Amino acid sequence: MEYVLIFITAIFVNNIVLSQFLGICPFLGVSKKVSTASGMGLAVTFVLTLATIVTYLIQKFVLDPNGLAYLQTIAFILVIAALVQMVEIILKKVSPSLYQALGVFLPLITTNCCILGVAILVIQKDYNLLQGVVYAVSTALGFFLAMVIFAGLREQLAMTKVPKAMNGMPIALITAALLSMAFMGFSGVDGGLKILFGLD
Amino acid sequence: MNKYLKNFKNGVIDENPTFVLLLGMCPTLGTTSSAFNGLSMGLATTAVLILSNFLISLIKNLVPDMVRIPSYIVVIASLVTILQMVIKAYAPEVDKSLGLFIPLIVVNCIILGRAEAFAAKNGPVESIFDGIGIGIGFSLALTLLGAVREFLGAGAIFGITLQGENYGMLLFVLAPGAFLALGYLIAIVNKLRSK
Repeated sequence: MEYVLIFITAIFVNNIVLSQFLGICPFLGVSKKVSTASGMGLAVTFVLTLATIVTYLIQKFVLDPNGLAYLQTIAFILVIAALVQMVEIILKKVSPSLYQALGVFLPLITTNCCILGVAILVIQKDYNLLQGVVYAVSTALGFFLAMVIFAGLREQLAMTKVPKAMNGMPIALITAALLSMAFMGFSGVDGGLKILFGLD
Repeated sequence: MNKYLKNFKNGVIDENPTFVLLLGMCPTLGTTSSAFNGLSMGLATTAVLILSNFLISLIKNLVPDMVRIPSYIVVIASLVTILQMVIKAYAPEVDKSLGLFIPLIVVNCIILGRAEAFAAKNGPVESIFDGIGIGIGFSLALTLLGAVREFLGAGAIFGITLQGENYGMLLFVLAPGAFLALGYLIAIVNKLRSK
């Protein structure tokens, strides 16, 4: 039940993009079409899950036992950069079709702050490995959901007339604000679930 | 001297990272719930930016082209780690309010962007001025956004109440207000620039 709670909280209540402001760059940058947005969403889901597992193991088995916790930021960013590079090479060899779908997005992911952010959050929240993985997968699904909804809205938006000064980014940000307001409707759901599952 | 001033003005006005280049959006939206938070995030980023620009312009000829980006990231990450420790030691309340966004300065695209676009091609002194210019442009933008959100959301600026607290629209301190306020500010900047 605890995992269901983590799952629903990460997707709807504390949506990574719309309420935690992580991963805004791809959210605003590659959301003009639903197809590219879902490609980016998939790539992030893939890398985020892998990166969380690897950084968790590094923190628990390399940094913590040796008293090197202060190297967290440096170690994590290097691991993520190396991991992205590796995923790119492996995908190219193993599954060219998947590489074609995700390839363009992979280099962009290194500097996507939601990867590093989630890796650090999992350590901060003191999750165990399984909780961490559930949290990472559901956060990534939340990112995917926000990306696809937002891209759908922007596709419609491209066909409407907008005042000149509002064209482009301003109107996209205001759309994001409305979407974020809609997601605010989920706030409190986590508290209700906690009572329902008897976790309080 | 004129050249340095030009670098400086370029960063604050012509290539303002937030309003014109639209870079570094995560901290821009995530840390501007009040003017003070925006300002402290801006200054923290500026410190890292100036030092990383300086160091990278010094090492640019020593680093092979192939491993350029990873070595820049290591330099930036080391600086951020130092900054994180300094903030924890001397300004614990800033550490508490910015939280996760301090280590995330590493992945702020402004810093790596300036390293790649400016510091890797120019001398150390010019790079420092570029860092100061862009840093101040970023800090001003964040402080402005923070002030607008704090004023509309809590009726205060820098914690000084300007109107009765009951007039605040809580929405502007919460997540949607960040998108809304930034959207309108960019629209205003666009309007001013088109004249």
